[in-house]
Amino acid sequence: MSTTELHVHNPVEDLLRQDRMPTIWCPGCGIGTTVNSFAHALLKQDIDLNKTAIVSGIGCSGRVSGYMNLDSFHTTHGRAIPFATGLKLANPELNVIVYSGDGDLTSIGGNHLIHAARRNIDILVVCVNNMIYAMTGGQVAPTTPASSVSTTTPYGAFEPELNLPQLVDAAGACFVARWTAYHVIQLERTLEKALKKKGFRFIEVLSPCPTYYQRKNNMGDALQAMLDYKKRSKIRHGCPTWETALVPGGDIIVGEFVDRDREDYLTRMRRQLGPHYSEFPPQLEEHQSEGCSKEC
Amino acid sequence: MHADPRCVLTGTHFINGDAACCEGALAAGARFAAGYPITPSTEIVERFAARAPEVGGLFIQMEDEIASSIAIQGMVWAGQKAFTVTSGPGFSLMMEHIGLAAMTETPVVFVDVQRGGPSTGLPTLPSQGDMMQARFGSHGDYAVIALSPNSPQECFDLTVKAFNLAEEFRVPVMFMMDECVGHMTEKVVIPPAEQIEIYPRRHTKKPPGEFLLFESGEDLVPEMAHAGEGYKLYVTGLTHDRRGYPSLNPATQRELVTRLFDKIRRAADRLVMVESEQLEGAEVVVVSYGITSRVALRAVQMARAKGIRVGTLRLICVWPFPEKLIRELAPRVKALVMPELNMGQVVIELERCAGGQCKVISVPHAGGTVHDPADILAAIERGAQ
Repeated sequence: MSTTELHVHNPVEDLLRQDRMPTIWCPGCGIGTTVNSFAHALLKQDIDLNKTAIVSGIGCSGRVSGYMNLDSFHTTHGRAIPFATGLKLANPELNVIVYSGDGDLTSIGGNHLIHAARRNIDILVVCVNNMIYAMTGGQVAPTTPASSVSTTTPYGAFEPELNLPQLVDAAGACFVARWTAYHVIQLERTLEKALKKKGFRFIEVLSPCPTYYQRKNNMGDALQAMLDYKKRSKIRHGCPTWETALVPGGDIIVGEFVDRDREDYLTRMRRQLGPHYSEFPPQLEEHQSEGCSKEC
Repeated sequence: MHADPRCVLTGTHFINGDAACCEGALAAGARFAAGYPITPSTEIVERFAARAPEVGGLFIQMEDEIASSIAIQGMVWAGQKAFTVTSGPGFSLMMEHIGLAAMTETPVVFVDVQRGGPSTGLPTLPSQGDMMQARFGSHGDYAVIALSPNSPQECFDLTVKAFNLAEEFRVPVMFMMDECVGHMTEKVVIPPAEQIEIYPRRHTKKPPGEFLLFESGEDLVPEMAHAGEGYKLYVTGLTHDRRGYPSLNPATQRELVTRLFDKIRRAADRLVMVESEQLEGAEVVVVSYGITSRVALRAVQMARAKGIRVGTLRLICVWPFPEKLIRELAPRVKALVMPELNMGQVVIELERCAGGQCKVISVPHAGGTVHDPADILAAIERGAQ
């Protein structure tokens, strides 16, 4: 029996660029797991995938955009959100998703994250948090738990980690959630919900990095990370985000924390502008308008 | 095609260069802009913020220049024409995304109203200190086009040109104003829309599936498609093949980077934009650009009164540099004199192209004001000896 006969079509494959497989991700990495949940959530949506764009920054998770069979934009380090902002504002019909990593979105891109949430730009941001800069070989990130060992913190990190849900909540995000790569079904459902919602939406997904974070900190392999997520996770929907800090070795608070309605940037702009804003149909190119002038 | 009359403020106006630049962008079809406040450029986007909603566009003030310089590229890939506006310190922050625009062949315009530097420098006073940065500021090798206006009228005319060139060559175009030109108020005539030529987006006519995003024809400039049109675009700042897929090897790098260079290099003759006067029989030619060209005129008049045969050559398009023109001119004159509001930047290129065939005299100025014509005159006299 050939492998072709064995192959059962997985609907997710249609959403992936098959000619880009295999991915660069290491065995045991959780990024692909989150992409699987994301693809399933997308397939259940009543949205036009031809009008769906995915934008990434740089890093392991920054490669997600390039594996999705959507309009894919792999931008510069930390700047996926401002690119996505331009994309959405100039064509409001697009569904725009930013998919990137913790270092990219919250360190070098931290300012953009805050201001996109504050402006309430209508985009969904998926932040895969593997707690380390993995693409560059395991350096400390703002999300690295305090005291963790990385290649640039050989004596353990001297700085505490950022609580991402609290950050984006304070900045005004409409929807804030956190899951781990263990919670594939919950993540898929939350993504489905977030994809339907309007405004700035943020989902943090903890992912193992067995190559760097787990290995450097003697935390075992990817399976051990999954067991750890299972054991330490506490589902607390609606939990105030100041209680969602990730304490090393402590509970991992997961769930949907914030779900509020707030007028998004473009809706507000158009409301405030009122009659000063005029819808502007594109100018017909001259050859298009030939032969059908008012006279004919 | 021609400009959309709904966006063109046809008429005779008394406005400054910043306002004229804004009107030029609108006439060129830009309805979207992103920026961050910085003197002396802010008036451009202040005016744009007021004008854009009337034509279905918008201005967004981003959190910094880094964000502004990439938000405009999102706007372009969404199907619009867009630009950003800044001055030296902001221009420095935008360098990364000039490289991204060059690499992804995103047609955008960066307006830099130059002020004294380095660092915070002289926020309200002129300089031409960003000319080399405009050409070489981002890392890696790439080619750009840079224009330099010397009047509010040109701030209008050449802004339209800047957008047209960005579309034609799919490169970031640097629009290198300076504080004097930006804040100078003069008569600006905005022609009727049907007299303003617009280079349309080079959108592919191929259907999805048959279209390769970075495949180019003879002129080495690929066609474009936008997000949301079903093409499943793949746009990356990584070295990429004709599909747009990352391909991290020397062969792809050579093909891509060579093409990014050659699409401008091959068109260099066509891109020469100069204004010259009395070059025939000149002993000395004053080569200048931007506001300095107007100050140099006084020195030229003074020199002519003293009987020196002086010609003038004003660079309107500074990058690519009119290399062939200078190579032909140099053996026919005693000296080329170049005043600039910097410590001598473009003169390095002038010297290279003159190739020792004549004297090349730099008239540097640290910025903050314009040259004293006497300093330029002294250089002309030295050149004529």
